[in-house]
Amino acid sequence: MFERLLFEAPDFFTYYNVIFLLEAAARTLGMTLIGCTVGFIAGLLIAVLRQSVNPWTLPLRVIAIAYVETFRRIPFLVIIFIVLYAIQPLMENASLLTIATIAICLVSTAFLSEIVRAGLESVPKQQIEGARTLNFGAARTLWYVVLPQAWRVILPPAIAFAVMFIKDTSLASHIGVVELTFSGKMFVNRGFSPLLGFGAVLVLYFLLSYPLSRLGTYLEKRLDPSRRS
Amino acid sequence: MNYTFQFGEVMAELPYLLGGALVTLQIVFFTFFLGAVLGLMGALGKVYGPTPLRKAISAYVIFITNTPALVQIFVLYYALPDAGILLSSMAAVLIGLTLNSTAYLTEIIRAGVVSVRQAEMDAAIGLNMTRLQILRYVMLPHIAKTIFAPLSNFFIWLMLGSSIAALFGVEELTGRAINVSSVNLRTIETFSVVAVIYIGLTLIASMSLALLGRVAFRVKARVF
Amino acid sequence: MTHLDVRDLACSYGSEKILKGVTLSAEKGEVVSLIGPSGSGKSTLLRALVGLTLPSAGEVRVAGKAVDYSSRKSVRELRSQLAIVFQQYNLFQNMTVMRNVTIAPITIKKRPKAEVEALAAELLARVGMEAKHDAYPEELSGGQQQRVAIARALALQPEILLLDEVTSALDPERVNEVLDTIRRLTDEGITMLLVSHEMSFVREVSTRVVMMDDGKVVETGTPSQIFDSPTHERTRDFVGMILKH
Ligand SMILES: Nc1ncnc2c1ncn2[C@@H]1O[C@H](COP(=O)(O)OP(=O)(O)O)[C@@H](O)[C@H]1O
Ligand SMILES: [Mg+2]
Repeated sequence: MFERLLFEAPDFFTYYNVIFLLEAAARTLGMTLIGCTVGFIAGLLIAVLRQSVNPWTLPLRVIAIAYVETFRRIPFLVIIFIVLYAIQPLMENASLLTIATIAICLVSTAFLSEIVRAGLESVPKQQIEGARTLNFGAARTLWYVVLPQAWRVILPPAIAFAVMFIKDTSLASHIGVVELTFSGKMFVNRGFSPLLGFGAVLVLYFLLSYPLSRLGTYLEKRLDPSRRS
Repeated sequence: MNYTFQFGEVMAELPYLLGGALVTLQIVFFTFFLGAVLGLMGALGKVYGPTPLRKAISAYVIFITNTPALVQIFVLYYALPDAGILLSSMAAVLIGLTLNSTAYLTEIIRAGVVSVRQAEMDAAIGLNMTRLQILRYVMLPHIAKTIFAPLSNFFIWLMLGSSIAALFGVEELTGRAINVSSVNLRTIETFSVVAVIYIGLTLIASMSLALLGRVAFRVKARVF
Repeated sequence: MTHLDVRDLACSYGSEKILKGVTLSAEKGEVVSLIGPSGSGKSTLLRALVGLTLPSAGEVRVAGKAVDYSSRKSVRELRSQLAIVFQQYNLFQNMTVMRNVTIAPITIKKRPKAEVEALAAELLARVGMEAKHDAYPEELSGGQQQRVAIARALALQPEILLLDEVTSALDPERVNEVLDTIRRLTDEGITMLLVSHEMSFVREVSTRVVMMDDGKVVETGTPSQIFDSPTHERTRDFVGMILKH
């Protein structure tokens, strides 16, 4: 098994193959980045909405809770299938990458909204009351008082989530998005040994994920509100 | 743009799909409990073991948790035959998921182990308990309480994650959904029904775990 | 005209009635002190006055004008005339002392930054915090935080100031620095509603004292009436018990 690996290596690590792999890795990273950015913004909106006590927003809040609970309880693979077949009739020339990215954003919004909500709830109620008595509106309270204190609670789990998500995007290979996992499959189909093809892919995933997960554990210790400097 | 939903053909296959849910549950229970036993050993090794063992366990956990389970199972399923080991798709999936749950549960349980107070350990040693007795009567109850919530979350994660078995042809819930939809060509309907089944399964799991936590460990967990 | 006029104010948390019809008033420039056992509803009254807890009945008038607590506009107008300082200071943890004091006048009242900062510097000097403009709340002692909180309330140039047990979270040696700050304010004509257990201080600065118990006003009078010749047994017990300490 390992002789075959050594034997094939020179053919495998050609300039074009390496570029191809790196492009695939960039696509994996890109999907994760877009997913986490969109998910964070939409998740923030949902989390803020859920904090509202205005009776007019009640229907919206019910929808938001239903959305979050639904998308956190369905396998990502199933969501990909549903999005694939739901989007194709609507947008005839949507690329597979677009479809996968939409599925990713739907899921990341649900998970990140819960992470943001936990962060918002970690800010003591007295801070918000202080702002209200100074005549701060909801938006100003959020911007000047809540978010500056909540971010240190939000960031570490949000990064841990991004680390999970880098790996989950591998499922997009199933519908044919040419990301890292798919590139591994292509090399294996071209006759390279599976250990070489998938091994290279595993290494690249590791290189994407490990620094981020280290950053996450570092920030978790650094930002721990119970021992802030 | 004038698609009409038809659930009739999917509902006819409901018993078949629910059978798939049973397979999903079997996969989840098997990999969770095997992973929990191995993870407990891993956690104890990582906290109390000699340095080389600790390093080896750390390396294992870091490697597994920073690479996708899907690609790991690809290696098990497609690369091991080169070394003369031929795994069935079910075996590859079970091994792959167990490798993952072992890694994640090692981390979760380790956090619980380090939260056991030294004073309690000293008291147990003072009472002349054997190592096994200390583990059974002093450490496990405490660990159970601290790790209950992350453990519950991981169980749900595993339930959803087990759907990748479908990509290797295992006929669990998602696998059977693929089978059904390739015959009736009602993909959206089929997967919507399957999504509802997953929501039901995870809700039942969340509620049972919250109940178990409250009764057995006096942990207050929220389902939502 | 009566500056602050509270009539039959009632308040509940869930089904539990906390305020059972409180009536009191303060003329312009008066210092009215609220005393009473803990749990009698003093904090709830102040919170209701600034609209943090919604009253279920009764009426509040500020300078003759009734406050409608269900109207956002009315509450905003109320809060622009009336400031509160809490027992736990509630300074914004993410802002420096200077920013805590200036943020509301600058961003809410839209007043010129330079002018507000000059005012804030003056107020901080008045509460003895001139050396700590750039410190964060967590770097300050409780007494220092409380003095900043008072400066923050004053920066809004309120006509009425509510103070809720502003010294009870402090170490004994810090109490006087905060009391001195308040004492100086009483000379400036701000109407004050003050909750305190510092009886000698209450006696010294108040124009009127209101004794509360179980969500109701038991007795109202001048400091000497309340402390020297209380008419109600409940007041006598409470004052007697507190003064013995
Ligand atoms: N957020 C709350 N929810 C329910 N009950 C409360 C709340 N805050 C205060 N209370 C109750 O209201 C009563 C009055 O409290 P408070 O106004 O703080 O009294 P005081 O300030 O006079 O000590 C107490 O019995 C207290 O338990
Ligand atoms: Mg109080």
